[in-house]
Amino acid sequence: MKIIVNGKEQYIEKEINITDLLVKNNVDTPDMVSVQLNGEFVRRENFQNTIAKENDEIDFLYFMGGGK
Amino acid sequence: MVLNDEQIERFSRHIILKEVGVKGQIKIIQSKILIIGAGGLGAPIALYLAAAGVGMIGLVDGDTVDLSNLQRQVIHFTPDINKPKVISAKEKIELINPDAKVITYKERIYASNIMDIIRDYDFIIDGTDNFPAKFLINDACVMAGKPFSHGGILRFDGQAMTYVPGSTCYRCVFQSPPPKNAVPSCSQAGVLGAIAGMLGTIQAVEALKFIIGKGTLLTNRLLTFNAFNMEFRTVPLHKNDKCPICGSNSSIVKLEDYEQPSCDLHSKESKV
Ligand SMILES: [Zn+2]
Repeated sequence: MKIIVNGKEQYIEKEINITDLLVKNNVDTPDMVSVQLNGEFVRRENFQNTIAKENDEIDFLYFMGGGK
Repeated sequence: MVLNDEQIERFSRHIILKEVGVKGQIKIIQSKILIIGAGGLGAPIALYLAAAGVGMIGLVDGDTVDLSNLQRQVIHFTPDINKPKVISAKEKIELINPDAKVITYKERIYASNIMDIIRDYDFIIDGTDNFPAKFLINDACVMAGKPFSHGGILRFDGQAMTYVPGSTCYRCVFQSPPPKNAVPSCSQAGVLGAIAGMLGTIQAVEALKFIIGKGTLLTNRLLTFNAFNMEFRTVPLHKNDKCPICGSNSSIVKLEDYEQPSCDLHSKESKV
């Protein structure tokens, strides 16, 4: 099935929760990512029980603290 | 206000833009913009705002210029080492535009001083290097109803968003500062100097668009780029009703300071 991660199509075998999707996308510091599923923010404590389904759009928005 | 001959010539490349014109240039000259952090982002922001003719520029930074800053903080030069950053930046701004009024705050921002500092300005720009400051700027601007530009850089990446009262705020996206142990350690947190220029100029453009009231701001959108592959993206954002500061049941009613050191090879105290 097709999902869209950070604007790019991705094919996965079956529905997947956000925690596993982060792992699959090599996000090694999930604490440094805010996740949007179809335009709604997913609370960090709900990553495990929030499932990405066919055609869902998921955005990983990274914390960026630098500036100096 | 009427532009004099010198101003008409100096700003001619703005004035011939129909979106700016004499009217827009006068707005820029009459504007007051605050830059928090006179470093990687603050440097290009200050240089371009000075060149654009911004009438009053506030600079907040408690640090002095360090040799390791010069790789990206292009407003500071080698002879400026050990000089307060706000003074070094003020000198360059005044060389570019002697008419600019520069107000310096050689201090860090805290919950206790930020409201007083931002009060006089039309637009605030976050050029800080740590999450406590970024959250504090967001919270203070939301509370005070001040528009601001968020910017963050890391390695080859950058992100920016613009807040105006009523739009998606930084906390709508990033509810609270990340746990300290997740924040990249100093050795992992380098940045290609030119990235600061890429992002700082984006923030300067946002400030100028806000001042002239033209164009489409980065509100309700997060611009992110990865310069290593040179890919840009704008992610649509929605105001988060559960946002702790701007949501319908906001839990933050007063500003607070978070403890978190910024990244510095020398273990000086946490910065701005
Ligand atoms: Zn918010």
